[in-house]
Amino acid sequence: MITGNSFYNAQDKHKGILSWILSTDHKRIGLLYLTAMFSFFFVGVILGLLIRLELIAPGRTIMSAPAYNAVFTVHGVIMIFLFIIPGIPAGLGNFLLPLQIGARDVAFPRLNLMSWWFYVSGAAVILISLFTGGGPPDTGWTFYVPYSIRTGTNVTLAVFGVFLLGISSTLTGLNFVTTIHRLRASGMTWLRMPLFPWALYATGWVQILATPVLALTLLLLIFERVFGLGFFDPAKGGDPLLFEHLFWIYSHPAVYIMILPAMGVVSEIIPVFARRTIFGYRLIVFSSLAIAFVGYLVWGHHMFTSGMSDLSKVVFSFLTFIVAVPSGIKIFNWVSSLYGGSIDMKSPLLYTVAFIFLFSIGGITGLVNSALATNIQVHGTYFIVAHFHYTMFGGTAFAFFAALHFWFPKIFGKMFRERLANTAWFFLFAGFNTLYFPMFILGWQGMPRRYYDYLPQFHTLQVISTIGSWILATGLFIMFYNLISSIFRGEKALSNPWGGVTLEWKTSSPPPVENFEEPPVVTGAPYRFR
Amino acid sequence: MLPGLLNQTGRVDNVFFFIVAVSVVILSIVTFTMIFFLIRFNRKRNPVAKDIEGSLPLEIIWITVPTILVMAMFYYGWAGFRIMRNPPEDAMPVKVSARMWAWTFTYENGLNSDELRVPLGKPVKLIITSEDVLHSLFIPAFRVKEDAVPGMETYLWFLPDSAGEYDLFCTEYCGVGHHSMISKVIVMPQEEYAAWFAKKETPVAGGRDALKLMEKKGCLVCHTTDGAKAVGPSFKGIFGKKETVITGGKERTVVVDKEYLRKSILSPGEDVVKGYPPVMPPQEGLLSDEEIEIIINHIKGLK
Repeated sequence: MITGNSFYNAQDKHKGILSWILSTDHKRIGLLYLTAMFSFFFVGVILGLLIRLELIAPGRTIMSAPAYNAVFTVHGVIMIFLFIIPGIPAGLGNFLLPLQIGARDVAFPRLNLMSWWFYVSGAAVILISLFTGGGPPDTGWTFYVPYSIRTGTNVTLAVFGVFLLGISSTLTGLNFVTTIHRLRASGMTWLRMPLFPWALYATGWVQILATPVLALTLLLLIFERVFGLGFFDPAKGGDPLLFEHLFWIYSHPAVYIMILPAMGVVSEIIPVFARRTIFGYRLIVFSSLAIAFVGYLVWGHHMFTSGMSDLSKVVFSFLTFIVAVPSGIKIFNWVSSLYGGSIDMKSPLLYTVAFIFLFSIGGITGLVNSALATNIQVHGTYFIVAHFHYTMFGGTAFAFFAALHFWFPKIFGKMFRERLANTAWFFLFAGFNTLYFPMFILGWQGMPRRYYDYLPQFHTLQVISTIGSWILATGLFIMFYNLISSIFRGEKALSNPWGGVTLEWKTSSPPPVENFEEPPVVTGAPYRFR
Repeated sequence: MLPGLLNQTGRVDNVFFFIVAVSVVILSIVTFTMIFFLIRFNRKRNPVAKDIEGSLPLEIIWITVPTILVMAMFYYGWAGFRIMRNPPEDAMPVKVSARMWAWTFTYENGLNSDELRVPLGKPVKLIITSEDVLHSLFIPAFRVKEDAVPGMETYLWFLPDSAGEYDLFCTEYCGVGHHSMISKVIVMPQEEYAAWFAKKETPVAGGRDALKLMEKKGCLVCHTTDGAKAVGPSFKGIFGKKETVITGGKERTVVVDKEYLRKSILSPGEDVVKGYPPVMPPQEGLLSDEEIEIIINHIKGLK
């Protein structure tokens, strides 16, 4: 498929599939992650479409209540733990981090391969949990006690799978942080580093420090289920609120694991297509670090109706508003980075613009969630479902798609079809808003989430939402068709088709095993086009 | 209405509209500026780009202005919340018990109800707990919500300021019947309420109407009485029937009799009828012997 001196043709002691699944080359590992993640993403999308189809009419449409509960739980577990958390860092970060900082590989290549194996093992355990024991878990992805302790479904095994994924994520974070500290090219000072590595750096710290809390929490849950130890069961002196705290101490910072790399991607794409330097480089770096730091301290905003103390609710609300500021700064800086540019509206930029718009909606609806008085109304309703899909799908996934198009030529050495990419974008953008915007209204009107059935007053908006899911699915189909077929049939790509100036564009497409013919030397700021 | 007492629905909505208004302005500015730049600085129109590294005054503006705005949002949110957390002294207390998948409201005089009936214009304080897993009591019309947590009492209050029926939902996922854990708030004129309250309708525990009892206890969420297959087996014709059940992973055949039904109600996980998911919550401690008797006798009669 690809000729020349690329890592695809590298001689390895293993042959065939083994030269991939036993490879320590960060580029191969990145592609392994991307392949696995998008396979799971596909399953998650199918489950999401089934949820929407069930909800097209009140009452039973295509499945029973227990089946519905399992479907939304598995949809959440797959999309969060198998797709969006490993997401941009493990997939594209693995491929691009060493290239962008001018390194030959990550700091610990074998540990990197081990992370992938932990990821695959965790995924396998979760898949096994669906078909064994009491069947797929039906707790929601949050595994809240005491329900998760009582249910007869296969929660123990599924949770153990997530535990393994947590190890994978922690090790990847550790690897990236070390790589960035130790392996930057000669002359690349901290403030000459591109913004995607900066985002991965902030993310890496969150992965290292927060994920062990999740691992611990899930182990406690397993012990509780298997041995009845009583950490969380009030009948045994435990406390369900303890679980909520522990769970969100990880799972809130985890949303920054999901969004920070996406923000890094956006900061890379805008300068290239505007042909100018990024506006306020230092402030963008600073805001990434601020988000990562303050993001640890806001988990309680998931618990404003949980029964925890009112004082703590006030403190968490305050801190949550504080963390909104650095996200806002980034948006203003990105928009300013278009000013005075010479803008080429290619598809990666188009997806990026959609990211800014959709993520802004996700962000400002987050303000409704953060304010105590309004949070009470929207907590646990469709408003929340809409909010996190706007940030995670409209935000992270759109940035992921932008990044896939942007770095596609570098990764595969081929070009995709620009027109088709723009057509897909149109369907994705229109479908996304038709699918999720009605949910804001449904939520404000009081429609609770995770309902198999609903009252007649919610019917119209549910139907609109389901129609949106079909438009969105069409967009996904076109996009993946375009990208996958272009791997095999696309035109050959130049080493620098977009005219980027960061280091990955200074080597061939696809890069050789050792990344650079000569170790690169950096002499200035990352986004200098002239 | 009551002097000095403002309905919190209005307060919450004011906070909501304030945040949404500010947000729409910011979103419009960002979006239109972005679109304007994309057109104005298109490569055709502007072939040579200009590098601008940043601007300290601008950056100071978009650190401080958003900070001030979000602090205002925080303050309004908090101010509204403070009222929500401080029930008036004369609020009428009602105890709420949540269970899979039904609500029970207990009044000061010992009256039990599965709907929340309240007098018009009198503040109501709900003291909430759960008998099994987490639930959450949500009345969208009054903008209130609070979790029901086992082993702990939480509370909320609201002012029912116009007569009518309002939806009451469970908003914390609690298993198979979560979507059907819906009840009503019925706001009645004072005299009507007083009459209902004085009648002291027979509490749930001693109810003689088996169907009503089964509905209140949530049985009918999963079991039908007309032979239709639902989450669990239908009650119709089940008595005396031979069923294949799964006991500890092994199949065996049992005849459904009084003893079996009793066991299936108290610890349903032990023998699960083949083809059905093991999802029923154990009713040990949730149903009295008398209530079980009533239910079993009723099932017996459903031929």
